Amino acid sequence: MLPRLIKRQSPSKAMVYLSPILALLLTLLASIVLFLIMGVSPSGALHAFFVEPISSIYGLTELMVKATPLILIGVALSLGFRAGVWNIGAEGQLILGGLFGGATALFFYEKTGFYIIPLILIMGALGGIIWAGIVAFLKTRFNANEILTSLMLSYVAALLLNLLIHGPLKDPDGFNFPESRLFSDSALLPILYDGTRLHLGAVIALFFVGIGWILLSRTLLGYQIKVMGDAPAAGEHAGFSHSKIIWTTLLISGGAAGLAGAIEVSGPIGQLLPNISPGYGFAAIIVAYVGRLHPLGVLFAALLLALSYLGGETAQMKLNLPVAVTGVFQGLLLFFLLACDVLIQYKIRTSKKSESTIAPAVKSSIKSTSEVK
Amino acid sequence: MAQPSEYLLELTGMRKAFPGVLATDNVDLKIRPGEVHALLGENGAGKSTLVKMIYGILKPDAGEIKFDGKAVNIKAPAHARELGIAMVFQHFSLFDSLTVVENISLGMDHASSMRELAEQITEVSQRYGLPLDPNRHVYTLSVGERQRIEIIRCLLQEPKLLIMDEPTSVLTPQEVKKLFVTLRRLGEEGLAILYISHKLDEIKALCHDATILRLGKKVATVSVDKESTGSLAAMMMGEEMQAFKHPKKPTLGDIRLKAKNLNVVAADPLGISLKDINLLVHSGEVVGIAGVAGNGQDELLTALNGERLSESGSVIIEGEHIGHLGPNKRRLMGMASVPEKRLGHGAMPDMSLVDNAFLTSYERLHFISHGLIDYGKTEDYANKVIKDFSVKTPNADVPAASLSGGNLQKFIMGREFDQNPNILIVAQPTWGVDAGAAQTIREAIRKMASKGAAVLVISQDLDELMEISDRMGAICGGVLSKFYPISEITIEKMGLLMAGVSLDDMHDDVINGSEVNHNAS
Amino acid sequence: MEILVAAILTIITAATPLLFAALGELVTEKSGVLNLGVEGMMVMGAIVGFAAVHYSGSATVAIFASMLAGASMAAIFGVLVLVFHASQVPTGLALTIFGIGLSALVGQSMIGVAYDGIPQLHIPVISDIPVIGEIFFSQDGLVYLSIFMVFAVMWFMNKTRAGLILRAVGDSHDAAHAMGYSVLKIRFLAVLFGGAMAGVGGAYLSLAYSPLWVEQMTAGRGWIALALVVFASWKVRRVLLGAYLFGGISILQLHAQALGIAVPSQVMSMLPYLATILVLVIISRDRSKIKLNAPASLGKPFHASR
Repeated sequence: MLPRLIKRQSPSKAMVYLSPILALLLTLLASIVLFLIMGVSPSGALHAFFVEPISSIYGLTELMVKATPLILIGVALSLGFRAGVWNIGAEGQLILGGLFGGATALFFYEKTGFYIIPLILIMGALGGIIWAGIVAFLKTRFNANEILTSLMLSYVAALLLNLLIHGPLKDPDGFNFPESRLFSDSALLPILYDGTRLHLGAVIALFFVGIGWILLSRTLLGYQIKVMGDAPAAGEHAGFSHSKIIWTTLLISGGAAGLAGAIEVSGPIGQLLPNISPGYGFAAIIVAYVGRLHPLGVLFAALLLALSYLGGETAQMKLNLPVAVTGVFQGLLLFFLLACDVLIQYKIRTSKKSESTIAPAVKSSIKSTSEVK
Repeated sequence: MAQPSEYLLELTGMRKAFPGVLATDNVDLKIRPGEVHALLGENGAGKSTLVKMIYGILKPDAGEIKFDGKAVNIKAPAHARELGIAMVFQHFSLFDSLTVVENISLGMDHASSMRELAEQITEVSQRYGLPLDPNRHVYTLSVGERQRIEIIRCLLQEPKLLIMDEPTSVLTPQEVKKLFVTLRRLGEEGLAILYISHKLDEIKALCHDATILRLGKKVATVSVDKESTGSLAAMMMGEEMQAFKHPKKPTLGDIRLKAKNLNVVAADPLGISLKDINLLVHSGEVVGIAGVAGNGQDELLTALNGERLSESGSVIIEGEHIGHLGPNKRRLMGMASVPEKRLGHGAMPDMSLVDNAFLTSYERLHFISHGLIDYGKTEDYANKVIKDFSVKTPNADVPAASLSGGNLQKFIMGREFDQNPNILIVAQPTWGVDAGAAQTIREAIRKMASKGAAVLVISQDLDELMEISDRMGAICGGVLSKFYPISEITIEKMGLLMAGVSLDDMHDDVINGSEVNHNAS
Repeated sequence: MEILVAAILTIITAATPLLFAALGELVTEKSGVLNLGVEGMMVMGAIVGFAAVHYSGSATVAIFASMLAGASMAAIFGVLVLVFHASQVPTGLALTIFGIGLSALVGQSMIGVAYDGIPQLHIPVISDIPVIGEIFFSQDGLVYLSIFMVFAVMWFMNKTRAGLILRAVGDSHDAAHAMGYSVLKIRFLAVLFGGAMAGVGGAYLSLAYSPLWVEQMTAGRGWIALALVVFASWKVRRVLLGAYLFGGISILQLHAQALGIAVPSQVMSMLPYLATILVLVIISRDRSKIKLNAPASLGKPFHASR
């Protein structure tokens, strides 16, 4: 008898939290299979991937460095996804943020002052906000699908960065290499722990988790976001403005991604390069889902995904594995998570008892027919 | 060998249980060829479950089905159709973006070419007085025309038994009359019809025998001629039906709600635009608006409650022009509304009852302090609503979607009523709600009016409106009729209003001469 | 004349991958499923097609392999969405992320490998006609296949019963289910078809457009294909028009220098993306038109009762 899915009376709260853990275990299993296919010892590979990178203090700080942009963007995307606003162009907003922040840093290259770093961060957020604002404008004014426009703008952003680095932002003494000058010290984020790259951005990210949590769980805006995601018509019934939510969530995620971009260029990178992100904007989508669209969950998920980046680098150095393994791992994780999430709303029955299998049928047919009108 | 039987369909001992509910228990039913047999019962009596078993949608737990004298195990709707059983559902299975002929073709088990099928449709539609253009797209058709698609689809299969599930709930009285002519004609041609309804006068007008169900059990099978509507009702409800009480003339207060030449252009391409709506609701009265589904009811509700904005002078609350103000401003002025669609419009399916209680009450009841939501106060309010309206739920933390239709409706009503609004607008208060909850809701609505609120009820259920309203009108194609005191209203007059006919243009004999469904002979 | 012919040939080669992918997605969406993983399926089609031609030497084998790759990716999506009730938007995104990662992994050994490009099919005699022969009768097989598929899909949708059922499922899965049609089976097949078409569209890039393997070589074409379906208002004929319109934009990209336009290459490369946004804006402005043309069940989950 084939197992059947039975709709639960009400969603399982336990599965909401168990599903990501189950998904992680399945992803690890699948990775073992993948390593076997690639002819690598699974134990060695897993060690290189998940243990080695965090077995030193330096490794742990690196984990936080990688997690910082993922946390910032992941928290912000969670808000949008909850409202049913699909900003998947955070990568482009991050690039714009890096560009704006980086340009600010280069503009104040000769100067010193406490104001430079805040200005870089503000300009970075502004860059992301502008980029996401275009998406919001096109969505609310012209009804243009935000998935497609935000993504198209990501490609445009990457080309724009590339163009400017080949042009006005190029290092004048850089032998024509497509990269900017190294930022001056007053444009670099303060390091929190000497001898590592752990910078102020990590604190900002943790602070952001707290803000996001309060916003989502205790404010009217957070409530409106949840209502719009669950039942837009109910939101209108209550007098909430759909466009306001679209604008707000997009500007928050644009701002957060832009901030992350500015933090990246003025933190670990320290200059503008054609490539300032290994796909943080996309990985943050996975982070948001694995983190259950909840700021605290996002924190843990971001650490996990950060580990996958670090692990990919370690595995490349130690075992000569291609970096692309990281992408496969991230994709698999999201697949398994989406599959495991079925257990939140459904339970699995293997017995052949027909009455229990028909019950949800009736429920769903009642629901569907009442929607026919 | 099975003996030839005088019955076309024989059910014995039909039983079907769902977790927690015995939907039908040991039900018997027999239908002869050419007979129009009524299946009578309140909402939740088990009528739908029974016919779903006949049509192969549900598998019975116990019981035997004999069709044409042979015991059959009906596995699927296709199998039922093969045997000669056809069914017209209460909610149609139609594809809006496809044409009539494409829709019918999809429902046929043995497809012929589109051209041939279109010819057959035209032929059947003429023979039985069911006018229908095969090449129209469904989204352009009225509800009555859509029902014709379903009926013609069934007739093209040349069935021996036609099952009709509450077919008149979407029709005007005049359309009902036409439908009955068709059904009688079909019966004369030898087709057996199983007619499901809870409307007694229809059954008196149309059916030969009636099988009455109550709480999943068969009460009796009776010959309709030998029963009165009162005795049928008694069997259906389990007690003598309460005598129809006309609300005594209300003590009218000030005008609380007024619509003046209200025009709203439909936002949706398939929606209805409101044209020159004029409307008055006084403190202390219940005003009813009847109408067939899809004639602008949703649009009217949303224009009055502020979800759709209009010119400032076109909606007036307590003398103030508020057409340009959104729902929250209107709510603060004392207006409350309950939309027709519960899940998704009146409530958020996946959010808790606490969150749902917050939705429309947070400003009036001050659930936000220092910029943060006070969930303690909100939860107390949710629990108060649950208690006041005896909503059956384990607690206030369950998602709205886990409640039954009736319980959710009581919760939504309670959320609005417990805010003591001055103006209350309710759409379809008891649609799909079981009899007990429906009674509670109707009583609560009357009580709101007697406490001085101005109440507007928009409903497709004429009987309900006639029970609770003081004045009535109807909406048709986005145009609102005049309103008449309940004492001047008859079913026939309402039928004309629902069809968009003005009573001023009619002579009395035309109005009273129609015999829509008072045909007791 | 030379430039004109070259321009038209550019349009055709740029339009063909979009045409394949958009046609496939159109069929998928007509059944009521929104698969945002086109980019991931295309890029897998590109690498698998390229690897297949490298190892087998046969373009035909490569084309079938790329279809299989796209369909396999689509099958993952189909199982998640149709069996596990996963929500369609994130699942499609996951498919794209996974496809880009996996193709990079599989393609490690293919970087720097050369291939001549799939052969052109010269139709005897008429292909020798100047200009016309060169444009219409000397293309590679995939170009002919893409045009053939336009008419095949058009015929399927409008003339066959299976096409009618597919449209019905996309219009109202509840009604289709009530009539006894297997919504999940029909949708799964439509998803697989969409995957196979995206796969071959991707293969066109690595076998004909620029015959080599580069990571993420689809460069957003999967997303543009998605936009094309909206542009086409879910009508097959207009997908053809849209794909060739976008092909037209790439003339500017490739022939800008020949035409003497002095604009940085990055700006030229932005054009298709900006054009996509522009097209979306123009089409989506009219909400009621979108509402009337889009399949009514698009993106909505369906839980079959039996």
